[in-house]
Amino acid sequence: MNTSKTPEPAAPAGQNAAPRPAGEALLEVDGLGKHFPVTAGLLRRQVAAVKAVDGVSFSVRKGETLGLVGESGCGKSTTGRMIMRLLDPSFGRVTFEGTDITKLSQAKLRPHRRDLQMIFQDPYSSLNPRKTVGALVGAPFKLQSIQTEHGVKKAVQELLELVGLNPEHYNRYPHEFSGGQRQRIGIARTLALRPKLIIADEPVSALDVSVQAQVVNLLEDLQDELDLTYVVIAHDLSVVRHISDRVAVMYLGKIVEIADRNDLYERPMHPYTNALLSAVPIPDPAERAGRERIRLQGDVPSPMDPPPACRFHTRCWKAQDICKQVEPPLVELSPGHQAACHFPENAAAPATGLVADATAKPDD
Amino acid sequence: MGAVGLLLIISAVTFGIFFLVPKAAGVTSDDLAARFAGKTPDAATLEAIKDRFALDEPVPVQYGKYIKSIVAGDTYDTGVETIDCPAPCLGYSFRTNQPVFDEIVDRAPVTFMIAIGAAVLWLLAGITIGVVSALRRGSVIDRVSMGIALAGVSLPVFFTGLLSLAFVVHRWQLLPEVNYRGFSDNPFSLLLPWICLAFLYAALYARLTRAGMLETMNEDYIRTARAKGLPERTVVVKHGLRATLTPIMTVFGLDFGLLLGGAIITERTFSLPGIGQLALDGIYQSDLPVVLGATMVVALFVVLANLIVDILYGVVDPRVRHS
Amino acid sequence: MGDKRVARGRRPELVDDAPGGAASAPPSSFVEVRDLRIHFPTDDGIVKSVDGLSFALERGRTLGIVGESGSGKSVTSLGILGLHNRRNARVSGEIWVGGTDIVGADPETVRKLRGRTMSMIFQDPLSSMHPFYTVGKQIVEAYRVHNDVSKQVARKHAIDMLGRVGIPNPAKRVDDYPHQFSGGMRQRAMIAMALSCDPELLIADEPTTALDVTVQAQILDLLRDLQQEFNSAIIMITHDLGVVAELSDDILVMYGGRAVEYASVDDAFHRPLHPYTWGLLGSMPRLDRERTARLNPIKGSPPSLINVPQGCAFNPRCAFRDLNDGRSETERPELVELEPGHQAACHLPLDKRRELWESEIRPKL
Repeated sequence: MNTSKTPEPAAPAGQNAAPRPAGEALLEVDGLGKHFPVTAGLLRRQVAAVKAVDGVSFSVRKGETLGLVGESGCGKSTTGRMIMRLLDPSFGRVTFEGTDITKLSQAKLRPHRRDLQMIFQDPYSSLNPRKTVGALVGAPFKLQSIQTEHGVKKAVQELLELVGLNPEHYNRYPHEFSGGQRQRIGIARTLALRPKLIIADEPVSALDVSVQAQVVNLLEDLQDELDLTYVVIAHDLSVVRHISDRVAVMYLGKIVEIADRNDLYERPMHPYTNALLSAVPIPDPAERAGRERIRLQGDVPSPMDPPPACRFHTRCWKAQDICKQVEPPLVELSPGHQAACHFPENAAAPATGLVADATAKPDD
Repeated sequence: MGAVGLLLIISAVTFGIFFLVPKAAGVTSDDLAARFAGKTPDAATLEAIKDRFALDEPVPVQYGKYIKSIVAGDTYDTGVETIDCPAPCLGYSFRTNQPVFDEIVDRAPVTFMIAIGAAVLWLLAGITIGVVSALRRGSVIDRVSMGIALAGVSLPVFFTGLLSLAFVVHRWQLLPEVNYRGFSDNPFSLLLPWICLAFLYAALYARLTRAGMLETMNEDYIRTARAKGLPERTVVVKHGLRATLTPIMTVFGLDFGLLLGGAIITERTFSLPGIGQLALDGIYQSDLPVVLGATMVVALFVVLANLIVDILYGVVDPRVRHS
Repeated sequence: MGDKRVARGRRPELVDDAPGGAASAPPSSFVEVRDLRIHFPTDDGIVKSVDGLSFALERGRTLGIVGESGSGKSVTSLGILGLHNRRNARVSGEIWVGGTDIVGADPETVRKLRGRTMSMIFQDPLSSMHPFYTVGKQIVEAYRVHNDVSKQVARKHAIDMLGRVGIPNPAKRVDDYPHQFSGGMRQRAMIAMALSCDPELLIADEPTTALDVTVQAQILDLLRDLQQEFNSAIIMITHDLGVVAELSDDILVMYGGRAVEYASVDDAFHRPLHPYTWGLLGSMPRLDRERTARLNPIKGSPPSLINVPQGCAFNPRCAFRDLNDGRSETERPELVELEPGHQAACHLPLDKRRELWESEIRPKL
């Protein structure tokens, strides 16, 4: 590996620099983290912490979709919940439309709630079974005491039509709908307040394949129509590729790579991203023999005691001594493409030097 | 550690109730002393008694004395004689001139035998019926036994007890008179109280077991056990029942602990001199130390039973052990 | 011993139902399912979870059964193991496994086949293992029920099996409880348990659905290796076409309790002949192709199994329902062999289907 410290003036890469968005940043996440305390004994003393999210930074510009992928326990859902302030961050900052919402009280947060909505994985458990669809979708209007032009009912029916449901079904209950339709109800409710940013946490993973595609298309149509911005949290790499403009890959509470969708899927730099992509089964038997496979050994280490330095080094086939000693910073290795690796793949040689450079100056 | 703390809290609460409530109802320390002294005591004797028992002290001081005597023992001077009440001293009965602890120890065998015999019966009957009902859900057996169980839950012991006494013992003379005073007596003379008490609990446990089994037998691991080719009996007993019994164990611990402190209605119905009967007499005769002592014993048994259940839970369920 | 059961297993009254009258012939394959029907009477009506299913499988080969929720794929797998409760499920047809008809045989015979001749791994390895027994004990139990050996011998075997499925330090982990294993390791332990008696047929019901993608890849590799080693037949039940494509030799696509397409894996992915299979392929975003601007979902949702549409169950959702003169609305299409080894159940003329695939479906994938 080329670790010579060739100065590379072209790309000034700071450690926490979010990728420079071309448009206006709607959401900025800076060094965000969540440590859940682990207590033991009678006195509930804290003996350890689950480092669910350990300093992630990214920004989402208006109108784009950022995909957040990773395996279970990587902290992607926790990140989503912190952005929504459903969980209070342990450290770091969330800036929405230029306002720091990290420390806002619930009362002060309320006006922002309109603009910031969430779609959940299980459409059934997030809908009260005793309420009609009309009441469920109309609830946000009442909660935020919003005046609607032709009454709440009309507004709700418009929303139902928008998400592809029959507006006549206003009076039905959630159990009368199929899984895909319930997810549409959930989406309609989310849209009631015309939010600017929607965090979708595994929006299609509970649905059947044929229905998944319906909901994915719906989300895309709504984005065009209503000028929405999405953060899509998912474990399915194919769905994320389809829906996202940019993708961030998380491993053990950290972002290991973030790039434009095509860049990431065609020229993945971080070995973990490579391994993930290689593990996805391809629905084409002709590809069975020819594929080059990377098989990770063992399991993801516990987030209570993550490996030092590069967290992936215990399972990485490229790992060398430096990976166990120095944490590689997330640096821009090609325009708009950041990776946190000492020995990235698909990167030009000078870029490798850049990592070493950034590593050599930890106070940078 | 937690158990000792809990016992202290319980004792403080019961102590507070038993000493503050009479006070609030207008019973003076003079009245209490009078009860202790017996017939027509003069004022000087009363004063002496109040002094000895600290009846005029503030409640916390009395409570402190009470706890101290449990740990270290105490000596009572009645004026006529000096009575030594070694630790654990639960006080001194106004009525019988006996340390409460000795009285409870005297009565314990009866209560213990009632509780143990009934528990064995109800566990055997209740769990068997519950399992069979669950496996034959909706069948005649299920409906009949659940009907009987409903009756068992709703019929109180004094009803079944008096009824069975009247017919089984007196009219048909199928069983001898219920007569049991201590370990030297034949415990099988307790058969009728056992059956009556067990009937109530067996009904309860049959319903609990049935509900638990119905749930457990739908678990994925039961399907796995069958997929392995295990005989149905092994699937039911080793995999189904084992998981079902864990929550039932918790309920049993509490029930059994409570019974060890006296099966009041059963003892009363069959005129058995157990701890429950002792407490009841104490209440009738406003013999506060006895009532207090009996309550403490019940609390102790329940707390102990809970402790044992907690420990057993760890043994039975490895997930508890490792968390 | 097998012959007697074969004789008892023949059910002449079913011959009428079975297409081609093949029901009375002895099975020529290791696993042969003929006109299997599994119905559940409920208060709302009869749920026809499986309604006339036939397929065959040889040792050493893998059949992938694909379908959405409610297609009947999991009910089928439990039916093969004879795990349906005869009091609430009506099972008819024939399921031949190694010369025994599971449907016709007495429960004790079927029990003895379970775990030894045929075994199963499930979707969620945590809930599928007993929380109160160590992993080792559960494997020992599975082994000893079919093999008359001492506990020590069985324990050695359990450790050996755990090692063979790739669990590090098996001699120590054998005494751990399921909750002490990670998801992937737990599924390995489950596989070790299922394979402990060297079964000839392994049914895997969504074995990797609950697992992360890198762990899924490990488990699929493991199944592939173990199949070579044990030469077992595998029935892989899944909703994931990618998993099927990686592992299967043949594919059975189920919809509404019936097979709509049954073909070799190559035919099913490269020359599918049923609109539902086309729909499934069009629905999924694929990493191996250029990203398409839009997915092509199947409209509507899967049918209720109580009121399966008359005629073709897929007709209400079919994109080409206008092309067959309304025949699909009234007449249920049979699964027929259109090319050697390739069956599909659709009323559209074969040439038309081939043309549609080449001109409309394939280019959009």
